This record gives sequence, C-alpha cells and structure tokens, in this order.
Amino acid sequence: MAYIRTESAAAAANAEPLLRTENLILHYRSERGVVRAVDGIDFTIAEREAVVILGESGCGKSSLTKALLRMLPRNVARYSGSVWFEGRDIMQLSDEAFRREVRWVGISMVMQAAMNALNPVVRVGQQVAEPLRVHRGWSRARALDKAAETFALVGLPTDFLTRYPFELSGGMRQRAVLAMALVTEPKLVILDEPTSALDVLTQANIMNVLKRIKATLGTSFILITHDVATSSEIANRVALMYGGQLVEEASAAHFFRHPSHPYSQLLMASVPRLHDVREPVHIPGQPPNLLDLPPGCRFADRCPARFERCDTAPPIRVDAAGNTVRGWLEAPASTLSGSTAR
Amino acid sequence: MSAQTAAGQTVEAAPTSTGEQREVLLAARDLHTWFELRRWGVIRIGHVRAVDGVDFELHRGETVAFVGESGCGKSSLARTLLGLHRPTRGQVIFEGRDLGTLDAAGWRTHRARVGYVQQDPYGALAPFMNVRRILSEPLIVNGVDDPAERDRQVRQVLEEVRLLPADDFLGKFPHMLSGGQQQRVVIARALILKPALIIADEPVSMLDASVRVEILALLRDVQRARGLTLAFITHDLSTVRYFAERIFVMYAGRIIEQAPVDRLLDAPQHPYTQALLAAIPDPDPDNATHYKDIPGGEPPSLLTPPPGCRFHPRCPMAIAGRCEREVPPEVTVIVGHRVTCWLYVPSAVATPDSATADGTGYMTGHAS
Repeated sequence: MAYIRTESAAAAANAEPLLRTENLILHYRSERGVVRAVDGIDFTIAEREAVVILGESGCGKSSLTKALLRMLPRNVARYSGSVWFEGRDIMQLSDEAFRREVRWVGISMVMQAAMNALNPVVRVGQQVAEPLRVHRGWSRARALDKAAETFALVGLPTDFLTRYPFELSGGMRQRAVLAMALVTEPKLVILDEPTSALDVLTQANIMNVLKRIKATLGTSFILITHDVATSSEIANRVALMYGGQLVEEASAAHFFRHPSHPYSQLLMASVPRLHDVREPVHIPGQPPNLLDLPPGCRFADRCPARFERCDTAPPIRVDAAGNTVRGWLEAPASTLSGSTAR
Repeated sequence: MSAQTAAGQTVEAAPTSTGEQREVLLAARDLHTWFELRRWGVIRIGHVRAVDGVDFELHRGETVAFVGESGCGKSSLARTLLGLHRPTRGQVIFEGRDLGTLDAAGWRTHRARVGYVQQDPYGALAPFMNVRRILSEPLIVNGVDDPAERDRQVRQVLEEVRLLPADDFLGKFPHMLSGGQQQRVVIARALILKPALIIADEPVSMLDASVRVEILALLRDVQRARGLTLAFITHDLSTVRYFAERIFVMYAGRIIEQAPVDRLLDAPQHPYTQALLAAIPDPDPDNATHYKDIPGGEPPSLLTPPPGCRFHPRCPMAIAGRCEREVPPEVTVIVGHRVTCWLYVPSAVATPDSATADGTGYMTGHAS
C-alpha cells in the first residue's frame, strides 16, 4: 500500500496510542464469494479520546468492531493484521487469553440494539454486575455494589437494580447496557449505534452521560454510527469508512468543518441542519458491493470529481496535522488543507 | 414560504403560510384514542390515552409534520386517521364525511383515498410477493380487473417513484432490494390508488442518512406533482424544514404547539419545543466541548398522565401552583401559531408565586 508521509506526520504519532490497528482485515465467506467487510484498516485511538467511525450501512463498520473484539461469526475467510492495545499485539493472544485479558476487562462494547437484548427474566442489576463475576471473579455482593456505583454514573436510580428490563424505558435500558460496558472500568468502550433508536431528548441526555464519563473516568470511546450530527457531540477524531476501508481520518474540527475526501464532503452536505435553509444533497448511486470491489478507488463510481487515475488504487496521504485521506485528488499536499477551508 | 400546489388544484387565492384559505381535506375534532389495558386479560387497569383531545385541520395540497418523541401518540393518531383504530371519542372528518359513520363500502373507499407509508419498509412488504404482486394487490381489491390495465398502472407508479427500468424491479422480491428501493415500493403502493392524503409514519428513520434525503425529496416531488396532502410523522425536526409547511408538536397525547415550519424553528414558544430544538445537534466540532442543557426525565405514562400541563414535571419554567393543577389553554401567539402553555397567558404569569417563569418580561422586579 502506498503511503505518502510528510515528516511531521510521524510526530503526531509519537506517544504510544491506546489502540492501534495495522492492516486489519476481516473477510467473510459466502456462497457468492468473499465479502471484504474490513479490508485493511489502520487507525489509532489515544487515551481519553473518542473516535467516531462513520459510514453508510454495509460499509463494514460493524464488522470492524467484531474484528476488534474478536467476536467472529463462523464463516470467516480471513482475519489478519495487528491490533496493538496497551502496547501489545492482542491478535497474537489465544482465544482464552483474549477472553480473559482483553474482552470486557480492557475493551468492552455496547452492541447495536443491545438495549433490546437484555435478558427479560433477570434483574437489571444482576445483568450489569455479571461481567465482574465472570471476568473478575467477584462475589455477587461486591459486584452488585459496583453495579450500583455504575448506575449512578450513567444516571440510573439505584433502585432500578432490582427491576426487570421491561420495567425500564428505552433510554433507561440504554443506560443499563452502557453501565454493563463500564462496570469493569475498561480503558476502551466500543459503542455501536448507541443512540440511533432513541428520541432526540433521550439521545442528548445519553450523549451528556458519555461526555461526563469521558471527562471523569478518562475512558476512550469508539463510536460507530451513521448519524453525523450526533457523532459531533463527542468526537475528537472522525474516521469515515467506505467499502471496507477508511477513506478519511481526521480531527473532528477538520472533518466537520472542511472535510477533504469527496465522499466526506458529500456526506457532510447530506446532513440536514436545523438552522440552515440549504437543502441537503443526496449522494448518487449505491455503496459498492463488498463481494466485488473495484480495483481502483472504491468511491469512483459515485464521485463527482472522478478522473483517469481513480481507476487505480489510490494512495493514503497524511497532512502535517496527521489527518489522512485516501484518494488521488488531493495529490499536492497544499490543496489538502486549503481546498474547502473557506 | 412558497405555495406548494400543483397545477390543476382548486386553490384560487395564494395560500398564506398558515394555509387558512385552502379547502379542508381532513379535520380531527376532540379526537381521543384510548386503549384499554387489562391485567391477565380480565382486570381493567385503565386506559392508555394515546391520543387525548386533539383538534386540527389538514388542507388539500399541504404538507404537515407531526413531531414528537416516541410514546407521544403520533403513530396512534396516524392509525386513527387511517381508520385502523376507532376513536374512543371525537371525530375524524375526511372529505366531508365522518369516519365513524362509514359502512364497509365507505371504508374501502376511505382506504383507497388515504395512503400509508410505514416506518419499516421491509416489515411492511410481504416477503413472498414480488413487486408486481405487491403493487397489483390494491388494484385487484379495488376492482381493477383488467391485467393489462393493472400492468400499465404498476409501471406508471414505478416510474413515479423512479424504480427504473420497471422491468428490472417487477419480478424482484423485497429482500432483493436495498432499503431505499424497498421504501420506494412502499411509497408506490401508497400511491397506486391515487389517494388524496398520504400518511407517512417515520418514512426514513430506518434508512441510511444519504438515502433519507433521496426518499424525502421523492415524497416531496410526488406531493407537489399530484397536489397531495401529506401528513408526515417524525421525531426528527431537522428534516421537516425541507418540506413541511406546518408543524404540529405532540407531547403525551396532545398537540402542544402548532406553527408554520419556519416560525416554529425560529421562534419556538413551548418549553418542550424549545428543548426538542436544543437537543438536535448540527454537525459541529464545538458540540463536544460542552454539555447540553436538556430537561431530564422521560415522557409521562399515558396510563396516568400528570394533571395540569403534561410537561410540567420536566419543565424548567413551570409556574408553581398553576401548571401542575390546571390544563393550559391554547393561546394564539400570532396568526397560525398556537401554543398550549400557561407562560403565554398573561394573568397566569403575573401571579405572585410565579417566580420561576422567566424570559417573558412579566416578572421585572424592582431594584429595591
């Protein structure tokens, strides 16, 4: 893969990040061929940082979380690359070591629609305390005490510990699954569409909770979503995924104000804004089929700025601030920061 | 706001932003839809008051949005307008006829005159029917017996929702279509009987952001081209500006504010509407630097709604001694903008124990 690095890009990556992936690949087997859901992902997340992974459905963003937490379906065709977490390559761990040392202890997760996956016949408090009993071997009483503490953290009244999931509203259940992910005090929490099924007020309240946890506990977050506006509530950095790859990875300020990649620009223009009379645009065409990805730029078919070189695989370019973009268009480094700034 | 009427509409005067001069297509009068709740199927516990006293009028050719959180009764309202629920009290008057008085034939006509676009397109389409069958079915039910005529109409409506070329889609089953295409089929099915009113219940909430815009644009184009009345039910205020003319904000079974869209977004009056607007982010990196000032709590139970104003337990501006006791009246702020809130009743705000009501100018104290 062609990297064009400027000198100062290396400086941005000086401190050892909390998590770093190198050429992470997760392909699935299917009757019609290999699904390249995660196809060479490189990204890093520092401590106390929230990285938002944006993308349309079918771009592979949920598969990326599966690859990070090694929660794989049976039809894996290829699972390779490196995931460095707290200084070691967790891809090298055995399944048992991974389960014991990484999953939930180091990295936990709130799955998509997790609030609807709570066990209906077990009290919420028991379910939230369970990771401590399984992963830490704590006693029931001690784990419940900690669960009560975590309840307070996410804004749930502690008397909800003894309630059953059906007695809780959607927002409360979402807080409960968040508590379940936080109860072991992991360094990194992966959130897959944590607010997409919630109302706007509840959504805003949950985002407040996430902000507070990030500020007080210093937890890092990977937020997977297709909701651009809500993601800006917490993002330090934004990674945009398309066809199994990252097409742009940049600071929130850069991405939300002047995105570089044509896809990023279209995506930002497609977001309806409350106080803006400009019509949102729609992105023409369909996302590429992960079974049959084009050899060149994967966005080329929908790209308004397509030219001849787009038929060959584009390089990743890194600007002085460490923002990366995958594409031919921004070839001279100077246009990268200036093209859409004003 | 531009007049969104197609040629051939019977609208003589240019409608005002409130649409007052247009012909009334549908009116709801004191509409209540309650659901009886029983424990173990026998013991009556009470009623879920999903729609609890709603009055409004929809004019021919206009697009309105009903906005509210889940559980505010907006979907129950939609289903009552469609005739899927019988109102507990009150009336729905559609094209001059009270739905409560319809016989079986009347209902069939009504259902042909009102199209329904469901929230989940995949769930709304029978998985064992191909697109041709899905779209032919309403025609068969409504007596279009000639297969050639059905084929013509199906192709026409597919063209209208831009599923082209039609031959590529006619034989496809729902699972072979993308979410956006499925929703286009649902819209086509709602359109095929040439209804006067389309009720779209969260038509894009299950779709991807980029597809959403497309589907909303399609609905708007169809509405304009056919001069349809479109009632759009959503929890997402950020999309309504692009095509609704008026907005109704619902809370706990009632309409608490209604106004032309620009007016509502720029000068929301009800504290709930203000909170709703404040909660919706625009994509801005500065959002991450501060907490949102949002009332906590949850929408109330519709089984035992709070007395007085239903928003008072969460309201930052509740007037003690008033809001929790008495149901607020509907106040006209300016023509076409009505709000159901005590803050806009001068006598209520001026009472001595209303120290929490601010920002209204009534509470200017003396510098003693």
